[in-house]
Amino acid sequence: MRYLSITTLLLATASPVLAEPSVEVMHFWTSGGEAAALGAVRDKVVADGVAWVDAPVAGGGGDAAKTALQTRIASGNPPAAMLMLGQNIIDWANEGLLGNVDTLAAAQGWDAALPQAVKDFTKIDGHYVSVPTNVHRTDMIWASKAAFDKIGAAYPTTWEELNALAPKFIEAGIIPLAHGGQAWQEAYMFEAVAAGVGGADFYRKALIELDDATLRGPDMVAVFDQMAALRGMVDENFSGRDWNLASAMVIKGEAAMQIMGDWAKGEFINAGKLAGADYACIPVPKAKGDSFVYLVNSLSLFTQTDPDLIAAQEVLASAIMDPAVQVAFNQAKGAIPARTDIDVSIMDACAQETSAALGSNDAGGTAVPTFAGTHAANAAVVGAATDAITAFFNSEMTAAEGATSLADAIAAAR
Amino acid sequence: MAHSAPSVDFRTRLQEWIPKLVLSPSLAAMLIFVYGFIAFTIYLSFTDSKMLPSYDWVGFENFAKLWNLSAWWVAVVNLMIFASLYIIICTVIGLTLAILLDQKIRGEGVLRPIYLYPMALSFIVTGTAWKWIMDPGIGIENSMHLWGWTSFQFNWIKDRDMAIYTVVIAAVWQTSGFVMAMFLAGLRGIDNEILKAAQIDGASNFSLYRRIVIPLLRPAFLSAFVILAHLAVKSYDLIIALTGGGPGRATELPATFMYSYTFTRNSMGIGAASAVIMLMTIAAIMTPYLYAELKEKS
Repeated sequence: MRYLSITTLLLATASPVLAEPSVEVMHFWTSGGEAAALGAVRDKVVADGVAWVDAPVAGGGGDAAKTALQTRIASGNPPAAMLMLGQNIIDWANEGLLGNVDTLAAAQGWDAALPQAVKDFTKIDGHYVSVPTNVHRTDMIWASKAAFDKIGAAYPTTWEELNALAPKFIEAGIIPLAHGGQAWQEAYMFEAVAAGVGGADFYRKALIELDDATLRGPDMVAVFDQMAALRGMVDENFSGRDWNLASAMVIKGEAAMQIMGDWAKGEFINAGKLAGADYACIPVPKAKGDSFVYLVNSLSLFTQTDPDLIAAQEVLASAIMDPAVQVAFNQAKGAIPARTDIDVSIMDACAQETSAALGSNDAGGTAVPTFAGTHAANAAVVGAATDAITAFFNSEMTAAEGATSLADAIAAAR
Repeated sequence: MAHSAPSVDFRTRLQEWIPKLVLSPSLAAMLIFVYGFIAFTIYLSFTDSKMLPSYDWVGFENFAKLWNLSAWWVAVVNLMIFASLYIIICTVIGLTLAILLDQKIRGEGVLRPIYLYPMALSFIVTGTAWKWIMDPGIGIENSMHLWGWTSFQFNWIKDRDMAIYTVVIAAVWQTSGFVMAMFLAGLRGIDNEILKAAQIDGASNFSLYRRIVIPLLRPAFLSAFVILAHLAVKSYDLIIALTGGGPGRATELPATFMYSYTFTRNSMGIGAASAVIMLMTIAAIMTPYLYAELKEKS
């Protein structure tokens, strides 16, 4: 009996017993800019009288955090909110583990404030289970103005122009494309090329609907042709390089361009560079009409039974959606606000252009969710496809072989 | 009679029970956390577990899927290359160093810890250091170029066909000293009388080692093999730090495959199946070897 009471005592002290309402937020935003961004939300939550329990799990682009979450769920102790991406949100919602803030969303008019692109990954089966902090654009080129000035060229607007620039850069002793040869980076590059070369309709059919004929079709071969051209633009030493080191090559002018999501902007800002004067942020060339590949970051809310905790979750949700917090958050994070109904004129030029592009593409139905960031397809399919893409990029395979191996990999993983 | 017997018995009984009582918590912990979870993993490998464990039986479907994955084949072939080279090279270098150190040389006390020291580092440190050393842009190749040997080339770590051998290099560097220490202990345990007798009989140094010393080191070979084989199969951190599985997926091993399928690709069933295959591989290598070795002794 005594042992029993000691055990209960231990359990009681292990779970947070706090007088004031608190909200535990599990996330993997540990780098400088990311932590500062989350700080904007935290300050608002604390100001609204709710204690913030920070539960960061660093590393692995969220893989480590996901493993930690799985063990917490298995032991029946989910956090109040957790940063997660894309299909994971849908998977957790289907497991029945996510609560919702529908009443708050209705009262604050989230339906009108958020673009459909964002709602696809936060409002699951009609319920707001996740609260979006920001949107990233992944089909971006980061270009060094110094490098382009050296060869006297303008920024490319078509893939042909881009490909024609490569030999000129090499002649001038500049690496045309800074790239980090890690599987996930090649997957993001692939989706940027897929949206740029194939267009939004192709992207949807191939990478969201996973249509086998499209995956093996001529458009996909054209995408791999462009990937092969990019393969010839990287330096010998690209394999295994971290993405921010590739960004540094563009910052220093050693390399001309990097294809990377807009989180790269933080590197340029931290290096004291100015958009326009030192570098350019341009979407990848669009051969078949405009498109916009987006990645949504959002905090998903786990079901709580304690009414105090539910109230605390609503305070958190409301803080995230606060227009001032959205702007402050994204100035630090380098992304754009998830809300398209707020004034972004105090943000930098890149962010303003991206925000406008999100609005127009969302209206035109050409905003497509990221494949590499597991929005378009589930983790098993993306993992298998990433294997095929990275194998292609690290070999001399022909474009047709690349398309076949991608289609085979996706078919096997479905 | 009926009253005195139990009091005598109590002491002896207590003496009998105390060791069992003291050992039982750790035994129970081991049963649950080692064998219990092995059983759980085996069970999961027969279910359709995706993101979280599920209990819907699917038979051997996961194993069929697993062996159809080219990524798994790459991992298995890599493990064969890595494990065989790693075990052989470590044993040869360890034995050579031990024999050389055993020649009653001066400064053995200084040399021994120097060779042993890499073992004190974690594989993460070894992997990161060797990643830099072997990187053509900043490592050996770059230094050689700076010193004027511009035709020098060492870019294995960036070459998808050679990258797995860089893993062998780093792993061998880490563990050979430890193998050496094991062989050295074995050498010190050999009875000098036997060696003297052989020398009197006119045995050359070479045949002395070949016919007497190395056969007497059998237990040391057994320990070295057991330790190296399990280190090879569970290699994970070294790969993550050294190559991250790249270039492409050229240096994936079963352990990295298992982690990525179980935890990042929401395919827990396939991940568990790969873990079961790894366990069976170890068992298939170890059981006959241990059985033969231990049976001979008793």
